Amino acid sequence: MKRTAIAAAAAALVLLVSGCNATKVSDLQSRGQLKPGSRPCGTFNLAINSWVGYEANAAVITYLAENVLGCTVKQKHIAEQVAWQGMSTGQVDAILENWGHADLRKQYIDNMGVAQSAGSTGIMGAIGWYVPPWMVEQYPDITDWHNLNKYAHLFRTSESGDKGQLLDGDPAYVTNDAALVANLGLNYKVVQGGSETALISSIRQAQRQRTPLLAYFYSPQWLLSEVPMVKINLPPYTDGCDADPAKIACDYPAYDLDKIVATKFAKSGSPAYTLVKNFQWTGEDQNSVARSIAVDGMSDDEAAKKFIDAHPQLVAKWLAGTGAQNAA
Amino acid sequence: MATITAGAPPAPQATETQPRTSWFSQRGPAQFFAAIGAVLAVWIVLGTLLRGRNTLALAPADTKPLHVWLSDLQTSVGEGRNTNPLFTYFFNPIRSVIDAFGTAIQDLIAHPVDARPVPYIGWFGVVVLFTFLAWMLGNWKVALLALCGLLFMGLQGLWQESMETLALTIAAVTLSLLIGIPLGIWAGMSDGFNRLITPVLDFMQILPSFVYLAPLTLAFLIGPAAAIIATVIYAAPPVIRLTSHGIRSVPQESREAVESLGATRSQELFGALLPMAKRTIVLGVNQTIMAALAMVTIAALIAAPGLGQVVIQALSTQDVGTAFNAGLAIVLLAIILDRTTTAASERVETQRRKSAEPNKFRRPGIAIGAAVSAIAIWLSYTYQLLAIFPSSLQLGTVRIGLDVGTHIINAANSVTNWAQTSFSGVTNGIKDVVTAWALDPLQTLLDSSPWWLTFVAITVIAALVGGRISALVTAVCLGLVIAIGLWQDTMDTLAAVLVATVIVVALGVVVGVWMGRSPTADKIVRPFLDAAQTMPSFVYLVPFLALFSASRFTGIVAAIVYAAPVSIKIMADGIRGVSPETVEAARSVGSNTWQVISKVQLPMAVRSLTLATNQGLIYVLSMVVVAGLVGGGALGYLVVAGFAQTSLFGKGLAAGLAIVLLGTILDRTTAAASRRIGRVSE
Repeated sequence: MKRTAIAAAAAALVLLVSGCNATKVSDLQSRGQLKPGSRPCGTFNLAINSWVGYEANAAVITYLAENVLGCTVKQKHIAEQVAWQGMSTGQVDAILENWGHADLRKQYIDNMGVAQSAGSTGIMGAIGWYVPPWMVEQYPDITDWHNLNKYAHLFRTSESGDKGQLLDGDPAYVTNDAALVANLGLNYKVVQGGSETALISSIRQAQRQRTPLLAYFYSPQWLLSEVPMVKINLPPYTDGCDADPAKIACDYPAYDLDKIVATKFAKSGSPAYTLVKNFQWTGEDQNSVARSIAVDGMSDDEAAKKFIDAHPQLVAKWLAGTGAQNAA
Repeated sequence: MATITAGAPPAPQATETQPRTSWFSQRGPAQFFAAIGAVLAVWIVLGTLLRGRNTLALAPADTKPLHVWLSDLQTSVGEGRNTNPLFTYFFNPIRSVIDAFGTAIQDLIAHPVDARPVPYIGWFGVVVLFTFLAWMLGNWKVALLALCGLLFMGLQGLWQESMETLALTIAAVTLSLLIGIPLGIWAGMSDGFNRLITPVLDFMQILPSFVYLAPLTLAFLIGPAAAIIATVIYAAPPVIRLTSHGIRSVPQESREAVESLGATRSQELFGALLPMAKRTIVLGVNQTIMAALAMVTIAALIAAPGLGQVVIQALSTQDVGTAFNAGLAIVLLAIILDRTTTAASERVETQRRKSAEPNKFRRPGIAIGAAVSAIAIWLSYTYQLLAIFPSSLQLGTVRIGLDVGTHIINAANSVTNWAQTSFSGVTNGIKDVVTAWALDPLQTLLDSSPWWLTFVAITVIAALVGGRISALVTAVCLGLVIAIGLWQDTMDTLAAVLVATVIVVALGVVVGVWMGRSPTADKIVRPFLDAAQTMPSFVYLVPFLALFSASRFTGIVAAIVYAAPVSIKIMADGIRGVSPETVEAARSVGSNTWQVISKVQLPMAVRSLTLATNQGLIYVLSMVVVAGLVGGGALGYLVVAGFAQTSLFGKGLAAGLAIVLLGTILDRTTAAASRRIGRVSE
């Protein structure tokens, strides 16, 4: 009986689709169009790391590469270490937002010569200790590190015992926090949150429920537009103050977030390389795209298109020398 | 109905030689508990006096020479990759074959292929084909389930992602079976090989996959091959174990009967052993499929396409709804595949029993089904409407929206938000109480006592619980933990694992007894247990973090969600297994419900209780890394950090090994205890 039903349904569907001018698959066009004047781009392997700022960079690059340069963009969602590794095996052409990673630079740029920097993204990354805005309203002097011990009791949790808790996050990011706490004589314990998700959840909850929180965090980060966390002023960074990891007693340096490309890709003459090299914007720009994705729930393509349509001159600068005649 | 036991942990071996002397066989439980109490008392007193000495502490960022050596090894292998003959002549050919195989299946049902923007077979073809297969292998009930389940995934807006996951699962499972069944047969026929492979299988299943993801992409590059192999490492062990177990379970008389007829070894194998073990082997296939699906989100970290990708990306924007929607599709896929393979194993069983009367409608049915599937595949190859799952349907002038996904996402988001704001006070209170009264004291005892005291105490407890061999295994494993330099972190992890297991077993007893006594309760609860086991934990990490903050307890809660269903199911089966006559007899002498449970059903199900503890422990242990992502710290955090930072790779690997060692101690000791209690109760 079920088989007859299936057969009947199949027959009905044949009639349905053939009856109402059904579109055939062969009529559909595949994506990516070549504009006159552009050189062939071919396949562009793009590493995607899993934070939203990166996704914003990748969204606009992917949109332009596909729709203006006619590349076939292969996005590879991988962790940072794996992305660098992909440079050596020829499977990743570009990383669009690199936070430091001195060890990987040494291995892949200096020792193996398979990767190189393609210049700054124009964004400076800042790492530091942050408190939720409500705490600054209530305890205005908390942003000075000298006063942290005075407030340590507020930050006690089940994990930190009788000390204050300093919540650390994603192990992928650089941290000197244990040394900082010891060398600044702070009555705090570093607790490993273990992931960016843990940090973001804690921050949101801290602001929403007005619970105290001292957390390692960084900007640019889309969450800061939702919860404007306030940075604690640690002793300022001076050149060389972080030379000995065990003796660090100063703030984190500002990171120039740069783009990394595979050497082979750089030499290939692909217009996608020129695009990556030219690509530069501001933290403001990145946040606007990141917000469209994370808060407004737009798809990457929609968010990219919205930004590109609003910034024709900037985009034209990125496309200079790629051979593209007209912008998106 | 069937049970889902995703990621089946090592089954206790049935054929191990058993130690003779034990507290259980010689003395009663009262003396046993007195002895354990005495050990604990001495430990606590000495531990308090000597607190903080010889604790072998190692800060998270510090490393031992062994860790540095392992990290350097990985770096130098990576740097020499392109000229290393091992890669050019060994890994590269393997990669090409597996890549081609994986890509072919993706092209068939998931990925755009050639100039087409869609795969060869569209949604309609897949739905009809799988419905037909489910009917052919199982029965019409599972066919209906497959039909509705697959259509629902389309309505969720996740058709392509679901198919990518399905394709990867099919590839990984096929490979697992190609490797696993022959190995399982070998292990079933040869005691020597069985002894050799069992620890290897334990190792494959307990070693956290985070540890080998980066080496795998180094060996097999980023792509289908690495993702498939990562999945096979985790998914192949169950089918190997169960194939071997099935062959070993064939009664000796049957073997002798065949041998006496003068059959050769291969005749014996194919004519008698395999057919008789078929049902157990199909169960192994079932477990392998479930284990493969458990790897979906992990494999997404090395670019495996599909539902795992949706979960991971949704996590970066804290979009719980989207992650839940994708997680639900994974649960559905798991339930369809589980029920179909279970129905298939039942069909195998009934066929074997009454092979004389085949259903006369079956053959023509298969022929018609195959023909209909072929037509459906052709249609879905040709027409867009049947190739790309439509988001709405136009019938005349009426437009029917087919988007269920958005509703699910919104509902899940509102429920999460409501729960997070309403309960976080209470839940954080619970966290504080459990941490202060159970976790902290236990952790202090384990990690702040001098290492030699803890070492001796744990070994003595292992001897009391499991016997001499357990004590030996424990001592060796603890020695290795010290050798790899992660003693204190291992003790911290052990403390969290023990607290989680106690809660898991308590839940197992309470809910298991309820389900075992009431079929209605069983029917209602079981789907939730299946869902809790197959829903990727990444989905519920965000709400858990909001409810319990980033803490060790959050890791414990995540472990409970994953591990409690196993214990509950085992306990329910145990309670149901108590003979109704015994229960009736107790009732007839005037026992009330509580007396029946505590005096009759629980004591008779004590074997199940130890099995529930053993499995609960192993499942909790498999969540150590997930716990590390939400503030669990210790070994789990080190494994995650090793995946994130090259310079910590060696330490992460060492932490992975420490987890395996911990697993070996806990599994061997509880399995030995379970066998002893079994003997005593007989």
